[in-house]
Amino acid sequence: MTEQVKPLSNTATAAPAAPGGLTGYFRKVLAIVRKDVAAEIRTKEMISAMLVFSLLIILIFNFAFDLRAENINTVAPGVLWVSIAFAGMLGLSRSFILELDRGVLDGLLLTPVDRSAIYFGKMIGNVLFISVVEIILLPVFVILFNQPANILPMLAGVVLLGTIGFAGVGTLFSAMAVHTRAREVMLPIMLFPVVVPVMLSAVRLTAGILDQVPFEDVRHWGVLLVAFDAIFVAASFMLFEYVVEE
Amino acid sequence: MIEIQKIVKTFGRRVVLRGADLTINEGDFVTLMGANGAGKTTLMHIVANLSKPTAGRVLINGYNLADAASQLRRFIGLVSHKTLLYDDLTADQNLNFYARMYDVPHAAERIETVLRQVGLWGRQHDPVRTYSRGMQQRLAIARSILHNPPILLLDEPDTGLDQHASDMLGKLLHAVGVSQRTILMTTHNLERGLSLGNRVVILANGKIACDVRRNEVSVDELRRQYFKFVTSN
Amino acid sequence: MSTKTILADQQKTGSGGFSWGLALSAVSGLLMLAALYMALVGAPDAVNLTSPAERAAQRIFYFHVPAAWIGFLAFIVAAGASLMYLITRRQRWDMWALASVEIGVVFFAMVMLSGPIWAKPTWNVWWTWDPRLTISTISWLLYLGYLMLRGAIDNPDRQARFGAVYALIAAISVPINWVAIRWWRTIHPAVVLPGNNSAAQGEFGMSADIRNTLLFCLFAFTVFYIMLMYHRINLENLKRRVDTLRQQILYR
Repeated sequence: MTEQVKPLSNTATAAPAAPGGLTGYFRKVLAIVRKDVAAEIRTKEMISAMLVFSLLIILIFNFAFDLRAENINTVAPGVLWVSIAFAGMLGLSRSFILELDRGVLDGLLLTPVDRSAIYFGKMIGNVLFISVVEIILLPVFVILFNQPANILPMLAGVVLLGTIGFAGVGTLFSAMAVHTRAREVMLPIMLFPVVVPVMLSAVRLTAGILDQVPFEDVRHWGVLLVAFDAIFVAASFMLFEYVVEE
Repeated sequence: MIEIQKIVKTFGRRVVLRGADLTINEGDFVTLMGANGAGKTTLMHIVANLSKPTAGRVLINGYNLADAASQLRRFIGLVSHKTLLYDDLTADQNLNFYARMYDVPHAAERIETVLRQVGLWGRQHDPVRTYSRGMQQRLAIARSILHNPPILLLDEPDTGLDQHASDMLGKLLHAVGVSQRTILMTTHNLERGLSLGNRVVILANGKIACDVRRNEVSVDELRRQYFKFVTSN
Repeated sequence: MSTKTILADQQKTGSGGFSWGLALSAVSGLLMLAALYMALVGAPDAVNLTSPAERAAQRIFYFHVPAAWIGFLAFIVAAGASLMYLITRRQRWDMWALASVEIGVVFFAMVMLSGPIWAKPTWNVWWTWDPRLTISTISWLLYLGYLMLRGAIDNPDRQARFGAVYALIAAISVPINWVAIRWWRTIHPAVVLPGNNSAAQGEFGMSADIRNTLLFCLFAFTVFYIMLMYHRINLENLKRRVDTLRQQILYR
């Protein structure tokens, strides 16, 4: 049973624009996110690994630093963010390893969509997965460190901004790290020096929330964090095609 | 039609393609052969826009692939020796994803059509991980024609298939309308290349060394050319 | 980019005739010797310093500061070369970037090593989280990341491409890191020791002599950097030609 194929000469009388324009672009970004979510729902490996890892880190800190009631607020922000940073690294490095496995990154590159859509799709997916872990982590944090529950919304906001910062550059770097020997080690080495501003801002903002400092005092950190996110997502978005195209 | 003009591709300082020229007319079925490392896959990847040439250009129906890349990719399908499928997802999920990425109209019907064509209808809700190699290759073919591309690139599609599966592949390619598309196929299997295509092209030393229509020369002459370029070092 | 240019690129040789390399090395060597003399002997003692150890240690300033400035210059050169590489894909830009980063690593390492040597007699601590020292350390780590990334990739084309992308991101991150670190430092008063901040340089009284010595050392270091770049790039060029020839012989 053969099928009717449009002859090549008919198909491109004028190089056609991508159907759907901008909405088409976003629909494809969403398709990539959905695909990653579907795969993760099936295996649950990435999220479970990140979750266990982050809880372990908090536990280890508990033993490493003698956390008595008096000094708990000084170390709490640091503990939270170290935990998120390392768990996040784990998730980021896995996201492209899966793509490289069956050559599916090539499959994505074959599709008639701008390379940057792949970046956005993977980045949003990464933010989503790390956020799922954080949704569980934050209440645990509040409980273990004896914080009032009403800080959760503000904390969630800071955590989200920080995650976007990590995932923004992390997605770009993991696309590179996956091609190296020692892939899992390479990503932290590349990423940590670059995301120092995220760590600093996030920790300062978290400390401000825990110590109930007036917003004006820590506002500049918030500005820095947002600026970092904007600048680096933009830069990564532009440089992504140079990484994926041979 | 596809015009490959003076394609040069270097990796660092290693020159793989040094000026490959090839014109493929509409409806041609070109079999591309060459020794290992001759640059067949490299050339395929350049035509599929997976790779940028260091110099030279590819024109598809007169449009420069470099300029109109994302639109022109719509007209190209690729079957590679890697399956390009997500192992953890089902065949149905895989094809739905690609249907969305290629803006395939009436996706559900189209997916059913191609799955029936490759004989996988009924297994579409099983994860691709559970498929045999032959089935995965069939699904890969389904994926490649999902968006009904007029150009089909096949990069050693019979790798890892036993004789029986290989024969099935040949029949399958005919079934999916190979005769109406423009095809570029690489293979190591001389017999298959001779039986399927209407044109044989040999890549050697980074250039097209031989380019003949199958009805112009005898099979023996073709074999001689093949051994001369492909197996001599 | 034509086929001719690519194949010509592959055959570019170092300069023949008058050896610029030798001249550059000689000039640079002389300048560094002069700088050494001026820093250790020629420059006057800084005022306001109490012990002989402090006075001697202060002279490190003449090498510590230029090393940092050149480190950042190397960074800018690497970023610029990386951008050019991504645009043109010419090998030469990749060599410039690699050479600059390698040299930059060394200069920042000098900053990190000379810091403690200056700090211990002067403020009685080995390490300070002074913003400049901190940013130098972070920049050093960024450079190191670049070299490790390249080292972990076999494919030379990818090495160049990935290196370029990383160098650009790293370059953008330096100013942002600088802002973050400065703000951070201002709320750790316990860490700040008297005199242990950027104002300290003014504190030992920058007379004209001291300033001139510093400028001269800066000049000497710049020539040193240029000389190192020249030799490193030539070396890299030769290395790649050898690799190409080896490929051609082995795989023909």
